[in-house]
Amino acid sequence: MEQTSPPPQGLVANVLRGMMPFAVGIIFASLLHFVLPGMIGRYYSRIVTDIGIAIVMAVSLNIVNGMTGQFSIGHAGFMTLGGYTAAFITYYGSMCIWGDTASHGGFLGRGEWLFAVSCLMGGLFAAGAGYVVGLPSLRLRGDYLAIVTLGFGEIIRVILQQTGPLIDSAEALKEGGWSQMIPPPVGGALGFGGVPKYTNLFWVYTILTITIVVAYRLKISSIGRAMISVREDEIAAQAMGVNIARQKVLAFVIAAFFAGVAGGLFAHEPGVIVSPKDAGFQRSFDYVIMTVLGGRGSISGVMLSATILTALPEFLRDFEQYRLIVYALLLIIMMLVRPQGLLGIHEIWNLWPLRRSKVSTATPEAKS
Amino acid sequence: MSDFIQTLITAMAIGSLYALIALGYTMVYGILKFINFAHSDIVVLGAWVSYTLAIRLLPLLGLDPHNPATVPPIWVAAVVLLAAMTYCGVVGFAIERLAYRRLRRAPRLNVLITAIGVSLFLQNVGQLDFMFGASPQKMPTLLPSWELASFTFGEGESARRVVIGLIDVVIFSLATILMLVMQYMVFHTKLGVAMRAVAYNTDTAALMGIPVDRVVSFTFVFGSVLASAAGFLFVMKYPGMNQPAHAIWVLLGLKAFVAAVIGGIGNVRGAVLGGFVIAFVEQFGAFYISSNYRDVYVFALLILILLVKPSGLLGSPLREKV
Repeated sequence: MEQTSPPPQGLVANVLRGMMPFAVGIIFASLLHFVLPGMIGRYYSRIVTDIGIAIVMAVSLNIVNGMTGQFSIGHAGFMTLGGYTAAFITYYGSMCIWGDTASHGGFLGRGEWLFAVSCLMGGLFAAGAGYVVGLPSLRLRGDYLAIVTLGFGEIIRVILQQTGPLIDSAEALKEGGWSQMIPPPVGGALGFGGVPKYTNLFWVYTILTITIVVAYRLKISSIGRAMISVREDEIAAQAMGVNIARQKVLAFVIAAFFAGVAGGLFAHEPGVIVSPKDAGFQRSFDYVIMTVLGGRGSISGVMLSATILTALPEFLRDFEQYRLIVYALLLIIMMLVRPQGLLGIHEIWNLWPLRRSKVSTATPEAKS
Repeated sequence: MSDFIQTLITAMAIGSLYALIALGYTMVYGILKFINFAHSDIVVLGAWVSYTLAIRLLPLLGLDPHNPATVPPIWVAAVVLLAAMTYCGVVGFAIERLAYRRLRRAPRLNVLITAIGVSLFLQNVGQLDFMFGASPQKMPTLLPSWELASFTFGEGESARRVVIGLIDVVIFSLATILMLVMQYMVFHTKLGVAMRAVAYNTDTAALMGIPVDRVVSFTFVFGSVLASAAGFLFVMKYPGMNQPAHAIWVLLGLKAFVAAVIGGIGNVRGAVLGGFVIAFVEQFGAFYISSNYRDVYVFALLILILLVKPSGLLGSPLREKV
């Protein structure tokens, strides 16, 4: 984006330039992982991990709610689905490979790679569900779609509650055969406990980097502009040749994928037991509030609000029963005073007065 | 056979509750075109206000509110119901006046988000210690447990009794009366004509001299009154009350909303029809297939109907205007 020196040409240079943000992100994540816990202690590192997961969730939800203008309030459903899938793979996978469900290998050891693959699978599974949920959005709009996504989250919650108890030893797993996998033994209403705890700052912030870069590039790509046009005016977008159906389903699939990966991170986080109630609408509302307050369509705004809304309750433990009242009032006042959210559709870096004239990525203010 | 009849009685009672709540959703949607997410919290408010009143009122009459065997005179139930209706009517008016009215011209999504905010606000204020508290309570008995009719099926050891209790009859008849009042009001009074005009086209209605704000306010008040009656009747039938922010209340409201959508949202008769359809699917599915999945049946039915007939069973198809 630098205007002073002409960018280097050629395929290799382009690919390298494209990989730059990821490299920076991975270095940043490693730094966080090795330096931060020593500096601020375990409790605050845990909060930083929670913030990372919340940002992945809020930024991915923003692709559907902010960029495409659909209204999904079942995002926690995708997250929990992905989390259960990932936990299922690491739990039974490490039981098959190592015979127990403890953590194996150190930093970037074999266990962590199994965890990475399981998160990917969780994301893919959630993306599949996102495709199915996205289909009704072709016929429904606005509040009807909201109810369908909400119903989806509730269905996931009820189904997960009916699953069988965990198989807790490798011998029982071998003896039982395949028939015990139906329904999947993932712990029922009690939640999926005993999952090896692989989630650490490195993985969370690496995935966070990938999410943000993908979301940002999506936003400035032709696909992203097509999505934004669907948000602004469906009929006009259709008249301009935008395939509305494709954009909506695509938004759902991408958002669900990252939600599923975030669910994998959540399920493997130390001190967390992923349980069916995580799929319920209360958690989904938390993420909706983050996207609404941050500005629908603004990636940096949503990151900001996700950070604040995750960190604040930790410091206001004494006022726990007032937390949701404050959130609710914030939502109402925000809608009355500044309905486009904290940053609207702008990014933080676009607001920098020196750059405003050069940047062409900002789209015109949404009409209301 | 006895099981079938018992399920039928339950479904009729629950269905009339769903219909009462669905009417509030459908009226607001018909006029303002948004889901009033806070409507289910009015139901909760109605239930908890009835509880608070009953627990204060019974000791004044020298009765023990925690003893289910003591039955107060019938007028106590009527007083509690009327007070809850009044209270919720005022709250419904205040919500519309303070939150929704200023968003009348805002995009629908913003109003929806505000409604979610209002809903969260009501739930969590209700959970505060000086309001209703955050623990479940048991509703005192207000109605005698008469058996109005009982049938016996089978003979000897396999004989089963099916009982129609007073509470089921009260729920069904009170809901029917309220729905008939509503039907009369919407289709046979001047106010009803005004409501339908505002629903059809707000701007034109305003040009014709209809006081739109007053009509909208009245719609909220009336919907809230119906909802509080539903909340009162619900805790009469199921005295174990969960705390105001418990998911079970939101699910009750959601199912009623699903009923309104299935019947064709904005359509008063459709809401009643949808309420009974939902209750029958839920109760019979729970009894004959598996009670674990009772919420799944409702939402699956919703998705199915929306995909086949997006405007609902009795709704008229919407034409898109540019």
